[in-house]
Amino acid sequence: MKVKSNIAVSDNGFVFNPGSGESYTVNPVGLEMLNLLRKGHTHQQIIASIQEQYVAETATIERDLHDFLEMMRQYRLMQHDDE
Amino acid sequence: MATRKTYERPIIKKLESNMPNKFGMRTIYEPVTHIEGNAVKDLIKSYGSPLFVISEKKIRKNYRNARQAFETRYPLVQFAWSYKTNYLDAVCNIFHQEGSWAEVVSGFEYDKAIRNGVEGSKIIFNGPDKSESDLRKAVTNNSLIHIDHLDELYLLQDIARNSGQRPKVAIRVNMDTGVHPMWDRFGFNYENGQAWDALNKILFSGLMDLVGLHTHIGTFMLSPSAYAVAASKLAHLAQSVLTKYNHEIKYIDMGGGFASKNTLKGSYLPGTDISPSIDDFAEAITSALMNSDYRPKNPPLLIIESGRALIDDAAWLLGTVLANKRLSDGRRSTILDVGVNILFTAFWYDHKITPAQSFTSYTEDTALYGPLCMNIDVVRESINMPLLNKDDQVVIHHVGAYNMTQWMQFITLRPKVVLIDEQDKVHVIRNNETMDTITGMEAVPAHLVHFDL
Repeated sequence: MKVKSNIAVSDNGFVFNPGSGESYTVNPVGLEMLNLLRKGHTHQQIIASIQEQYVAETATIERDLHDFLEMMRQYRLMQHDDE
Repeated sequence: MATRKTYERPIIKKLESNMPNKFGMRTIYEPVTHIEGNAVKDLIKSYGSPLFVISEKKIRKNYRNARQAFETRYPLVQFAWSYKTNYLDAVCNIFHQEGSWAEVVSGFEYDKAIRNGVEGSKIIFNGPDKSESDLRKAVTNNSLIHIDHLDELYLLQDIARNSGQRPKVAIRVNMDTGVHPMWDRFGFNYENGQAWDALNKILFSGLMDLVGLHTHIGTFMLSPSAYAVAASKLAHLAQSVLTKYNHEIKYIDMGGGFASKNTLKGSYLPGTDISPSIDDFAEAITSALMNSDYRPKNPPLLIIESGRALIDDAAWLLGTVLANKRLSDGRRSTILDVGVNILFTAFWYDHKITPAQSFTSYTEDTALYGPLCMNIDVVRESINMPLLNKDDQVVIHHVGAYNMTQWMQFITLRPKVVLIDEQDKVHVIRNNETMDTITGMEAVPAHLVHFDL
């Protein structure tokens, strides 16, 4: 799955879904992950990138990335790759 | 290589512009890293997690404030420490050092007070369960026995008749004070004449010294005016006794039940905003007594048995985050090593819970669960919490009342309790339980010792 292409993300973590009219905020780590996802980075690349910038274990980042993706999916901000 | 930043788990939060949700607004702005000069992380490192921490300084301050609130309004006041609220010896002795008598509700608590060195005549014996041997002991020690029911009254008469001793007694009176629910299962009812009948039985018998009148109108009372009603009714009973028997009641015991600053579940506003102050209760009670129609030669002693309001905010429970999970509906849930087994009051209160380390401005709607394998082990059903990671530490506030007497030994062992003294020095006042604490009381019959699997 990938992030919906029409989602707008501001530099300070404000997320807008024009399809539903709903808005969200993300924290700095969430913003970093979201931007990398939008650029099409793989999960491994995202984990490596976060680990370069932040003090955290790989397992922690991996677990949190999956949780973050799950929340994105619940908020209907993701779409299937072929959509 | 550039310095790496502090990691915080990623969150995405929907912005709501409609009705406030049940998680409420963010209420926590600062971490609680220290308790009276002691770092939370050091306390946990030295004494383990979870850990109860009690402040001697705060107990003494609360007691002195309460005493001042009553003594500035009424000439004769005596506090009696409610053992059931927290009967750790060190805690009881702080109150006794401050001048509190002991208020006990069972033979166990009575013996604990005696063991602590409280003079028998300064122990108030309440409660519906006093055995014959408890009563004999209390009569011999000149303790103040508050009679709960007629069976106890008759038993005491027998003891007095057979021993030749004169028990010092009061009756517990229940009444309608305008609050719901009305507590009518303890003592004798005022409105239907039970209380007056009991007083007549005591005075007609001539076997006992009627020294007081007692009431305890409820628990976590948020209405001081209910105490004013209760005080007026007790004063009226006292005047009736004086008129009919020319007998002066020596004390009026208003019990306890004053609300603390905790927030009751379902309350819209926090307890810190809506709970009356001790001065409000003192004003209601003393004004009602002073303005009553009771006109003895000597004003009766006013006894206060407040427990919760004097100790709730003098204790904290420290805990550690075990794990974070996502519930089926997308809510965050955080599992703590503190559950309802040691935080019994989580059934009644929405406890204030603060992280013990710094956090950012981001928060998440969270359910806080304890470590037990029970669905009811919920510390907070819904709280707007800063982001917590595994092994982070939390401070649970206002836990001094009832938790250390009602805690359960369910699937795990109870933790240490420490006291921080007035010089900020830490003392263990109750050790953690061990396997031996539990198995030491067990016995396995010989035929059950061996098995093959």
